[in-house]
Amino acid sequence: MNKESSSLVACPACVALPDKASPPLGPDPGKVEMRRVELMLPTVHCAACIAKVERELNNRADVFGARVNLTLKRVSITAVDHPGIEEELIAMLDQLGYPAKPLDSAVLLNSAADKAGRDLLARLGVAGFAMMNVMLLSISVWAGADGYTRDLMHWISAAIAFPAVIFASHPFYTSAWGALRRGRLNMEVPISLAIFLALGVSLFETIQGGENAYFDAALSLTFFLLIGRYLDFRTRATARSAATELAALEVQKARRETRGGEETVPLDALQEGDILLVAPGERLPADGVVIWGDSELDPSMLTGETLPQAVGKGVVVRAGMLNISGPLKIRAEGLGEETLLKQITRLVETAENARNRYTSLAEKAAQIYAPLVHLLALVAFLGWGFGTGDWRFAVNVAAAVLIITCPCALGLAVPAVLAAASGRLFAQGVLLKDGVALEKLAEIDMVVFDKTGTLTTGKPKLVNGDMISAQNRQIAVALARHSAHPLAKAIAAAFDSDLAIGEISEHPGFGTSGLLDGVAIRLGRADWCGAGAGDQTSVWLKVGEAPPVAFYFEDQLRDEAAATVAALKQAGLEVKLLSGDVPGSVEKMARAAGIDDWTASATPAEKVDALAALEQAGHKVLMVGDGLNDAAALAAAHVSISPASAVDASRSSADMIIISDNLLEVAKAREIAVASRRRILENFSIAAIYNMVSVPLALAGIATPLHAALAMSTSSIVVSLNSMRIGRMK
Amino acid sequence: MNILAILIPVSLILGGVGLYAFFWSIKNNQYDDPKGNAARILSDRYDDEPADE
Repeated sequence: MNKESSSLVACPACVALPDKASPPLGPDPGKVEMRRVELMLPTVHCAACIAKVERELNNRADVFGARVNLTLKRVSITAVDHPGIEEELIAMLDQLGYPAKPLDSAVLLNSAADKAGRDLLARLGVAGFAMMNVMLLSISVWAGADGYTRDLMHWISAAIAFPAVIFASHPFYTSAWGALRRGRLNMEVPISLAIFLALGVSLFETIQGGENAYFDAALSLTFFLLIGRYLDFRTRATARSAATELAALEVQKARRETRGGEETVPLDALQEGDILLVAPGERLPADGVVIWGDSELDPSMLTGETLPQAVGKGVVVRAGMLNISGPLKIRAEGLGEETLLKQITRLVETAENARNRYTSLAEKAAQIYAPLVHLLALVAFLGWGFGTGDWRFAVNVAAAVLIITCPCALGLAVPAVLAAASGRLFAQGVLLKDGVALEKLAEIDMVVFDKTGTLTTGKPKLVNGDMISAQNRQIAVALARHSAHPLAKAIAAAFDSDLAIGEISEHPGFGTSGLLDGVAIRLGRADWCGAGAGDQTSVWLKVGEAPPVAFYFEDQLRDEAAATVAALKQAGLEVKLLSGDVPGSVEKMARAAGIDDWTASATPAEKVDALAALEQAGHKVLMVGDGLNDAAALAAAHVSISPASAVDASRSSADMIIISDNLLEVAKAREIAVASRRRILENFSIAAIYNMVSVPLALAGIATPLHAALAMSTSSIVVSLNSMRIGRMK
Repeated sequence: MNILAILIPVSLILGGVGLYAFFWSIKNNQYDDPKGNAARILSDRYDDEPADE
């Protein structure tokens, strides 16, 4: 909470107490409406960042408290609730140099995942505590205690181990029971069997005053496997929460005109013939016909085309297009029918269903492993039982085999690598939604890029500035400064001007006009300035009766686009460009980025077909895209990445999201994926080698509880250390 | 060996205290932001507790 008041007190120990009791500076939380704002800050990374962000936020009069969470890279702010507070805070953080993205705090408050994490951590703590105590007791047995002392140690161990195992290994035996009931085997079946067989045999031996008890093994097994479980959970929880919270950004609502006002309604509540209001900067919520207003629409997210479309009364418009310049009223039409949005949604669903269920490395390992282990234990039990007739010894050997083969290292191998790798990716600004995606990313041999918004910035830049006379530039800039239109902003950013223009007025949907030395000037759409519309994005300037002058714009390639393509090609991957834009501009961008293989004018369905064809030809494709028209293709590809600026539909169908807005992360993420796959396989071989050495000992009946304890711990530690190397990769 | 009768309960109680402390720390959000905690120790502003969830 607010610490500004605390710094006056000298002793830190005194600060902790009065801080809660005394009213903090700033507004009193009891009197005004408070609101919790959660923002994602992809660029915070150090102590100084935390201090700066928290200090600046706490200095604001309307902020009651702010706290940065460096692990999740977000800041949680309690502030006075007033409209626009979120935007103000974001603008302030942007100025500080920390671009912020809003998160939906309603989703964040869902604490079910939180509880599951704490639950696992508590079980891990109990297993660790019990393991250490039983280990200590066991040491005296290994050191040679016998007779009553040994029995006493065994009894105390049993008293600790039984309740601890029953509490701590709950996730394993419930999962194993669930699988068995459906007649299947999973990794948890041999685990649970080993744990409970070890406990049972040990209890029996203890009652008989026997020599070998495996209480410590049962507990350390539980402990190591719970570490794997917890790491797995951490990876998933961070990824899932980040994905759902980001996805909740654009709320799917529409503003509907009612008698005497307007109301905000969810999209599915819309009805045929509703009058919808769309302000500049908003996306059209539904297909329909314009009934009032003039504006330009940006279809790039919908189709990949960058040329804005001029619309006026009577023009048919499509949902998903961005309204650029003037307010519009549209009449919703064809809601029940084939809207483009619905077609895309259905394409995404089909693509997701068609995706083959991917068998992860861990699942493959478990499928071979589980039956093998049971077979070995059974063979040992029957062999020793019939061979010697000593069934008590046979049970002991079978238990030893199960304990020693138990997949401690296997259970840790994958989660430890995935936790290290996803932590590494997160630090670089890449969100991994699902660990399996990392394995898939390691397999790709081809990358397909979308153009608009992915390879390019999606922001127009003036291209023919040199060909325009200095005076016209000055006039244009002076007018453009007064407009919020993206093209006007691009002009204003290109040149300086100190001209003063009078009587400036904006004509929504057309442009801006003014008076200079008694001459009327206009800056705006081609037809409004008396010019013919071309096939290039343009703004026209008309001064008096002189012929209009064109300002041409082009989408810019991202600075790092060519380097990304080069890096991917160098890694031996094929690179393609698949765009919905017109051939001319696609070819130009493809050439600039260094991509030889490009396709233009592809509809969303054609994109999916193209990917399916590539998959059929045996390619494993990584799709990188951001538009609504890419959503289905992202779902259809082997694995997919989407920038954080992408539309909801794309972000939710992509497997990974780049939050740092740097395309180079695509190449880096693939490197990390390849390294983690190698690490997982290494870990599997380490586990296999250790089994090959220790299983014969167990089968031969000469493995002691000490062997089991040593082998189990060392292999688990080696595997974890090997996994952590991912974090140190350059 | 009689000393064991005292030492074993003592060690169990001490372990139990540790376990209790661990449970307390879980409930107190001490594991919510490990990286932030590592960084905050470098700051000279005193910071007494994690954010309430």
